[in-house]
Amino acid sequence: MSQASSAPNRLYSDVIRERWRRPRHRGDLPGANAVAEDVNPLCGDRVRLMLTVEPQGRIAAARFVGDSCAICTASADVLAELVSGRSRSDAAAVEVGDVLAVLQAEIRPTRMRCVTLPLTVLAKALNGGRGA
Amino acid sequence: MKLDEQTRGDFPILQRIVSGHPLVYFDSGASSQKPRAVIEAMSEYYERSHANVHRSIHTLGEEATELYELARDAVQRFIGATSREEVVFTRGTTDGLGLIAETIGRTLKRGDEIVVTELEHHSNLIPWQLVARDRGAVIKAAPILADGTLDLAALDRLLTARTRVVAFTHVSNVLGTVTPVVDIVRRARSVNAITVVDGAQAAPHMRVDMSALGCDFYVFSAHKMLGPTGIGVMYGRRPVLDSFEPGRGGSEMIKEVWIDRAQWNDLPWRFEPGTPPIAEAVGLTAAIGYLEKLGMDRVAAHERALTRRTIEGLAAIPGVTVYGPPLAVDRGAVVAFAVDGLHPHDVAALLDAEGIAVRAGHHCAMPLMRRLGVVGTSRATFSVFNSPEEVSQLLTAVAGLRASL
Repeated sequence: MSQASSAPNRLYSDVIRERWRRPRHRGDLPGANAVAEDVNPLCGDRVRLMLTVEPQGRIAAARFVGDSCAICTASADVLAELVSGRSRSDAAAVEVGDVLAVLQAEIRPTRMRCVTLPLTVLAKALNGGRGA
Repeated sequence: MKLDEQTRGDFPILQRIVSGHPLVYFDSGASSQKPRAVIEAMSEYYERSHANVHRSIHTLGEEATELYELARDAVQRFIGATSREEVVFTRGTTDGLGLIAETIGRTLKRGDEIVVTELEHHSNLIPWQLVARDRGAVIKAAPILADGTLDLAALDRLLTARTRVVAFTHVSNVLGTVTPVVDIVRRARSVNAITVVDGAQAAPHMRVDMSALGCDFYVFSAHKMLGPTGIGVMYGRRPVLDSFEPGRGGSEMIKEVWIDRAQWNDLPWRFEPGTPPIAEAVGLTAAIGYLEKLGMDRVAAHERALTRRTIEGLAAIPGVTVYGPPLAVDRGAVVAFAVDGLHPHDVAALLDAEGIAVRAGHHCAMPLMRRLGVVGTSRATFSVFNSPEEVSQLLTAVAGLRASL
């Protein structure tokens, strides 16, 4: 692959490459009490998000696992970071624009679902996703 | 002259520059590109002859009807159907399979069995699930063996006196597996089951002969065989078609209508309600003419050579897995592969940055993905205009992929 091609560099930004190679929040979260999972019907990608929500509603920890592409993985990793330490309502207010601002990439419409899947899963987790 | 050298100039889209590179189109399995002959035939039809067909008593109506019915003759010849009445036009393979499922579905009883295979595209699965749910029928799937070919012994065990339908693909859109249609039809017939063959990945790439295959239904799409979107073919063996009530109602498919009943039209129009895709039929005629001029045996040999080159080349790249039957076994013009550590969508996006179009994902075959233990694969598919040089470009690009993300 020639490094001169600029299109993949714009799509696969340094942030996405870094988060794909070395995700910071990937892996199981024992004791999570708000858990949800969903798939992207277009590609079959699957993301499972696990949150530890304190009794007062603060999200103490967030981790994810899944079978997903670089963009979806990076999005999930960024999202886990964004919601950690926030209250439930603040976490629910995180929007796709917040994630895109961190990713610093030109996401084409065909790949936008890769970014939004983790947000869909977050909404499910906050709306009563339970269990291990 | 090699086939690609002969044909490339006929495909205007191959002039496109994508991501700064000349387009390399390896996604004909999803939808093929169109030669100028097809594009011009459809334009000329719209510019000179368009009207509705069959009941327009004026010059254009007669011309449109003649052109539409000429397409039926072209298809009959192309697939070796015994009569033109066996050729029913649909909107495509999915539409044809849905029509067959609905038509047969009305005759199913509780406990009747529909046998499919693990290779099926969702289009040959979901319509059967819908009718099975409505009629209380049961769906069973014949598994594949480790090498991607169908487990015929297991299929035999699934066939019982309750089996009403055996629906299966001719060529897998993922593994390229070519199923032994004649053999399966013989087995199905021994339990008096109706055979339905999904020919979407076969008809564009090899000679298909209904009189030799012997199946009851065979469906395919024009847009995967150099023709336009929006039209497909449902071949039905005459005695079988005769035995079924129409699956869907509307104009064209009746002789006489009262408020509470109707008398059905003759074959094939009985199964073609509404205004058909007329310009698309004209385009299909042109596509068939184009393929026939090349010769389907030559097309098959050309694509087989590209498939072999791709499989051998990919298999030699460290970290690349190629799915499907070994080269010694007959294969369609499909190569699904995975690059270790890379998601198929990222593979496709990175190849697109080199101007190379491949498919990535589950290929509308989720049960097969589950069987293979993957979320999806990347997939290169071939057509008459693809060249060995393009395959070399793909191999070079794939070899560099792992370093690029």
